[in-house]
Parts: sequence; structure tokens; C-alpha cells
Amino acid sequence: MIQNIPLSYYLIISTLMFFIGIYGFLTRRNLITMLMSVELILNSVNINFVAFNRYLYPQQLQGHFFMLIVVAVAAAEAAVAIAIIINIYRNFKSIDVENVDEMKY
Amino acid sequence: MLNQVMFFLFGAMIVIFSLLTVTSRKILRAAVFLLFVLISTAGLYFALNYNFLAAVQLTVYAGGIVVLIIFSILLTSHVSERAVMAPLKQSLLSALATVAGATLTLMTILRFTFVPSSAADPHFNITDVGNALVSYNRDGYALPFEVVSVLLLAAMIGAIVVAKKEKMLKK
Repeated sequence: MIQNIPLSYYLIISTLMFFIGIYGFLTRRNLITMLMSVELILNSVNINFVAFNRYLYPQQLQGHFFMLIVVAVAAAEAAVAIAIIINIYRNFKSIDVENVDEMKY
Repeated sequence: MLNQVMFFLFGAMIVIFSLLTVTSRKILRAAVFLLFVLISTAGLYFALNYNFLAAVQLTVYAGGIVVLIIFSILLTSHVSERAVMAPLKQSLLSALATVAGATLTLMTILRFTFVPSSAADPHFNITDVGNALVSYNRDGYALPFEVVSVLLLAAMIGAIVVAKKEKMLKK
């Protein structure tokens, strides 16, 4: 299954994905697209965990559980972030970070 | 041969669609590109022979989180609206920082030669994963499982309280 594909290839793909996510987080101005960049970053970390588990320690399950827990944390984070974004939209009629400049509730 | 072709296909899809996700001006389109990235990641897990993880990736990420994101896009912006990007100077600076970081990380990764374990592929099935998840013995993960369930419950209640309308809170 994994012959002819070195582990480094997986790491290269996840590195590229991670830094693309960081680029999006730095340049986007819309809260939802920033959240999407964070999802990219979390997903690239998952690829690393799973690939290391498969290549270096195939008898163990650590990578599996790290990946499952990161997915659960990502789901919780997305739910709370979207609740906050909807609340911000209700108060400011916009979700651009430039327009949200006061923390009054 | 075939697995190499599939690997490079999924890898190229991941990189291209990630780039499109962060550069697309239309927010809804960016969300769909994110969906493609997550599905290609599930393809990579299938290539590694981890079927359960690929299924989790497809159901929770591609099925759950992307739908949540698309719903909130439809609630908060018009479909025809175009996303505002950072000013050119800031984009260039962040691109520079990102490329520098990526180069540094890639150089560090490529200097190492990872020796794959020569042990035979043990073929975990879902029963093994489930047993380890609730076992409290040496290789059990009962504590992280419980912590994550409490976290999910707290996040769920928190999201409901935050997104509630003010009028309902006062009642």
C-alpha cells in the first residue's frame, strides 16, 4: 500500500497546506474565511499525525486518537466560532474584522 | 504504480484547492474548494489503508463542518458579495513570511531520512479502535475520550447561549 511513497511526501503536502492556511489567515478580512483557514491548518496537522502513525509506528494507535480528538476539537471550535460570528453580524451588520472595532455587548 | 498515481492526484488536488480556498473572492466558492480539500485528505487516508479515519474525515469534516460553514455564509452575506482582501503591501508581506516559513520547514524535513517501520501491517479494524477508546488499561484512551465529550457538550451549550437572541435571554 505505501511502497514507493516516502513519508517525506506526506510531510511536504501537509507543510504546504499549513502555510497556505497561515497565508489565508493573515490576508483574509472576513471572519468566516479566516475560520476556513484555521480548518486548513488543523487538517494539515491531522495528515502529519496519521502519516507518522502509519509509517513509523504501525502497531500503535496514537495517531488515530490524536486525529480523532483534533477533529472533535475542530468541530467544537467551528460551532462556537459560528455562534460568535452570527452574534457579531446581528450587532454590526457585517463580519469584516475591520468594521468590528468595539467589544460592547 | 496505481497508488503513486492516486497519491500525486490527491496531493495536487489538496495544494491547488487550498490555494483557491484562500484566494477566491467569492466566499461560497471558497467553502466549496475547502470541501474538495477535505475530501482529498480523506482520499490520502484511504491510500494509507486507514479506512475508519477516512470515514470520520468524510462525515465530520466534509459532512458536518463544511455544511455549518456554508449555512453561516448564507446567513451572514449575500451570495454575490465579493470578499475584501488585505491591502497589497500586507498581502505581499504575508506571502513573503509564509514562503520563508515554508522553505525553512521543507528544508528541515528533507534533511531527515525517515526509516519506515518494517513491521507487518496489522490491519486495525473499527472494533480495535473502539475497544482502545473506552479501555482504561495501558493502551486505553478513556480519559481523552471523556475530556473531549465534556468539551463537546460545553461547546454545544456555549454556542446555543451565544447565538441566542437578546430578547430570549431577558425572559
